[in-house]
Amino acid sequence: MSEQTTIRMPDTSKLVVSSSPHYHDMGSIPKIMFTVLAALAPAVFASIYFFGWRALLVLSVCMVSCAAIEALLCRLMRRRISIGDGSALVTGLLLGMTLPVTSPLWMCIVGSFIAIGLGKMVYGGLGGNPFNPASVGRVALLLACPSAMTTWVTVSGCALNKWVVDATTGATPLELVAQNQPGPGFWSLFLGNIGGSIGETCTLALIVGGVFLIALKIIRWQIPVFFIGTVFLITGIAYMVSPCPKFNPMTHVLSGGLMLGAFFMATDMVTSPLNRKGAVVFAIGCGIITTIIRLWGSYPEGISYAILIMNALTPLIDRYTAGRPFGVARKASQKNA
Amino acid sequence: MSHKMPEKSGLNKGDQMNKQIKFYGGVKLDEGKMTSNEPIISAPLEPLYTVPLQQHIGAPAKAVVQKGDKVLRGQLLGEAGSFVSAPVHSPTSGTVRELSSCLGPAGAQLPAVVIESDGEDTAAEPLPIFANWQEASPDELKARVAEAGIVGMGGAAFPTAVKLSPPPNVTIDTVILNGVECEPCLTADHRLMLEHTETIITGARIIARILGVKQIIIAIEMNKPDALEMMTKKAEGTGVEVVGLRVLYPQGAEKQLIYTVTGRKVPSGKLPAHVGCLVTNVSSAAAIADAVCLGKPLYERITTVTGTPVAKPGNILCRVGTPYSSALALCGGVKEDPLKIISGGPMMGMSVYSLDIPIIKGTSGILLLAADEVSQYTPNACLRCGRCNDACPMEMIPGILSSTIEFHHFSLAERWHVMDCIECGCCSYVCPAGRPLVQHMRRAKAVANATRRAAEAASKK
Amino acid sequence: MIDIVMMTGTGVLLGLAIGLVVRYFGVPVNPLVESLNELMPGANCGGCGLAGCSDYANAMATGRAKPGLCPVMSAEAVAKCCELLGVESDTTEPKIAVVCCSGDDDHAAKQAFYNGVNDCLNAMLVAGGSKGCTYGCLGLGSCARACPFGAIEMLPNHLAKIHADLCTGCGKCYMACPRNVIKLVPRSAAKVHVYCNSPKKAPIKRTVCKAACIGCRKCAKTAGEGQIIMNGYLASINYDNPPAEGIVEVCPTKCLRKAD
Repeated sequence: MSEQTTIRMPDTSKLVVSSSPHYHDMGSIPKIMFTVLAALAPAVFASIYFFGWRALLVLSVCMVSCAAIEALLCRLMRRRISIGDGSALVTGLLLGMTLPVTSPLWMCIVGSFIAIGLGKMVYGGLGGNPFNPASVGRVALLLACPSAMTTWVTVSGCALNKWVVDATTGATPLELVAQNQPGPGFWSLFLGNIGGSIGETCTLALIVGGVFLIALKIIRWQIPVFFIGTVFLITGIAYMVSPCPKFNPMTHVLSGGLMLGAFFMATDMVTSPLNRKGAVVFAIGCGIITTIIRLWGSYPEGISYAILIMNALTPLIDRYTAGRPFGVARKASQKNA
Repeated sequence: MSHKMPEKSGLNKGDQMNKQIKFYGGVKLDEGKMTSNEPIISAPLEPLYTVPLQQHIGAPAKAVVQKGDKVLRGQLLGEAGSFVSAPVHSPTSGTVRELSSCLGPAGAQLPAVVIESDGEDTAAEPLPIFANWQEASPDELKARVAEAGIVGMGGAAFPTAVKLSPPPNVTIDTVILNGVECEPCLTADHRLMLEHTETIITGARIIARILGVKQIIIAIEMNKPDALEMMTKKAEGTGVEVVGLRVLYPQGAEKQLIYTVTGRKVPSGKLPAHVGCLVTNVSSAAAIADAVCLGKPLYERITTVTGTPVAKPGNILCRVGTPYSSALALCGGVKEDPLKIISGGPMMGMSVYSLDIPIIKGTSGILLLAADEVSQYTPNACLRCGRCNDACPMEMIPGILSSTIEFHHFSLAERWHVMDCIECGCCSYVCPAGRPLVQHMRRAKAVANATRRAAEAASKK
Repeated sequence: MIDIVMMTGTGVLLGLAIGLVVRYFGVPVNPLVESLNELMPGANCGGCGLAGCSDYANAMATGRAKPGLCPVMSAEAVAKCCELLGVESDTTEPKIAVVCCSGDDDHAAKQAFYNGVNDCLNAMLVAGGSKGCTYGCLGLGSCARACPFGAIEMLPNHLAKIHADLCTGCGKCYMACPRNVIKLVPRSAAKVHVYCNSPKKAPIKRTVCKAACIGCRKCAKTAGEGQIIMNGYLASINYDNPPAEGIVEVCPTKCLRKAD
């Protein structure tokens, strides 16, 4: 007996048509942004551990105000509200990480406004900005409120039972070496038992987060490796020529905003070059400028400026490192560049 | 210009894999080949066949039958419309109900001949069979390829006879048969290689005879080990070399295939013939062998009907003019409603909104995607992340190009080599912003072609 | 005190330098072209057939083109050009563009959901767009973006609407539309229009659009001789001999309407 099973034909009234391809690797901007937030989580925990719970307040205020300001500006610009992609939260968190724990909250909000407003929204939103928004915010605050931005506290071990570490001002390792005084030892530098801004002290946490992002292919490994490597190389050569605390490569690599900047801020995909060759040039440039500012400039810290200067050069780097398309002869491509 | 001769194979030995040339870019895809083990099923006769007269690139075929004419299977329905064109033959015996139009897979209406089948499936006189094709002249063989209406059956449907007539100042020294089938989900070529191995090899040798070429290579991706083994076994002693290539999309794209197999790069804007190579799909080669040895014109092909919503996915031997609905019914219909129906594979296929579209010579697959497998394009801006550049096999920067095209700077896009885009879809696949990059490229190419045509028309006046 | 003197002196010197450079290195301009340029509307729409307003001014000054080709210029401006040049104008009938389709989302069926670039020309690349009617307006705004005068409004239910008071008849929208839904008609005759573009048979048309012209010929029979011509199963107005406005009463589907 033959079974007559009714064959069901599809309902063709609600189909979607689009251009090829019809597969996607399911990566998306929110996924990338939230993964970056997750990678920064160890550093956030470390900051609360060393600086106290006020660090969490500063970071939260920065993140919330960045998101709120972006939503408000989208509204005013009559654009689709884009905070769902998570980039405002990442900018807020990175901006907060570069502030000292004693920052007044109004400063966080102003910095967020400058970061999001002048760093991103005036260029039309994510993708249009030539400069890293968090760096823009930090540099603006550095220039506008120099004393508030350089008020450091003395860190000594666990501060989880405190709101904020006692406000006896201490110098950061970079400030110490800038005055040619010996900085803290390796383990203090590596674990973060030192002064500095909220997110930059715990090298271990930052490296863990950075390696996590590299493994997930969210950031290019060339940028942190060549950035940190260049700083180490130049300070190392200077140290070999004249061994004094000012040129100590270990202090330079493990303190200051180098780890935070190299793994999380220089690698921002919008403002860094498109391909691997460009990334290497960009990173080396950042390293050179950072070292020059630190060793021979009047600031103890130069990461943010280095990143912003290289961001400005990114389109030029892109243009000269863009490869020739398959099958295009050398002469033809030079004519059309 | 002398070409570097490709090294004699070693390409299919595992330890040589890392020496195999890897083209830039490409993406590793989830292969989704559910139908690799499904033997080819012949579709039963349909009551009605809607045979488009435009199943190929070039001018449509000109109808030579009228309403009411009685036709036989394999009889000429339309002759080639110009040099770059191909004839169309009837898939079965019956009566011409009308000459009208039908919806094509690209969404445009195609001129078509509607044939009402009489159920007898009587064959017309076959084209004269070559007693010994090894002694026939290349021109005779080429004329047979043209007469049989053979076109590229990998999807592009370029008339093969035209491809076999390279420009006078180029010489071809290598014939490569494309058995790579790098598109996920499609297995039509795979099953053909397993079940009709010798036909393919004969087809390859016929092509070589037409072009006067000694070097014949059949390239198969390593995800089809049974086909590789079968093909290598049957090719022994025939002078045909079989090579196994790494599994990377789009290894089967013409330029990337030539580069991997021979190390030659096809220059921008030129044909593979300019580097001495000719690439044909294995199905086209099999069709050529049938045309020469059996006198059979091209009126049927294997189509993979697949996808999670399909009840019993399979590889169906369908005649041209069979509606997609019939092919789907043969596979048991659907278990759930799909959200997308695609003619072809998931990376380069065209999405369609109706199942009344007929199967044509280039329809390699009908793919149904369920709602949870469909991703949506977004109007986000380009993030300049560079992933598209890492993935593009033509080493272009699709992200920046797409922004240029979005702002209508079409002449700038053309200067930046948008015409070299092979529309493989690797860029859109990896784009985290979900931009419809390939659609932008197609738009720019359409504008560039229209500008060129207008300039030609103006200069002719 | 010395600062003020120095600054003033520098300013005067630089001013003199600029003046001398303009005098001796300046590019000589034809004063006729300059005065013609001032009369140009400056929209650079290309409606005259030339490459923008200054190209047209140059062409008029050199005698390549006559005044009156510009669809945007007012009659007084054209008269002034004629005065300057001492020629007669080439009178062209002012035109206006009309979107001949009523198939918005409420009336026309979609055959699929289109996902991709929100532009009509791009939508045509994907299965010919998602609209059921292959002659109808896709409603994604290629025409609105092409219009230099902002005369085209994209209604929220995906239909283009051209505002007659802003339209100058330059023809940019007509060239941008991939479906040829936009027609350029003489402004004086643009009182009633058939807002449908499909010549297909009524039973086919009605399945995809409730507002289609069904080809019933009521309008053609009621109107005067040769005022409404049947193009397949589609009525079309003869704009050289248009019917009276009252003709709109006879249309059963209301696709023949007064210009809105």
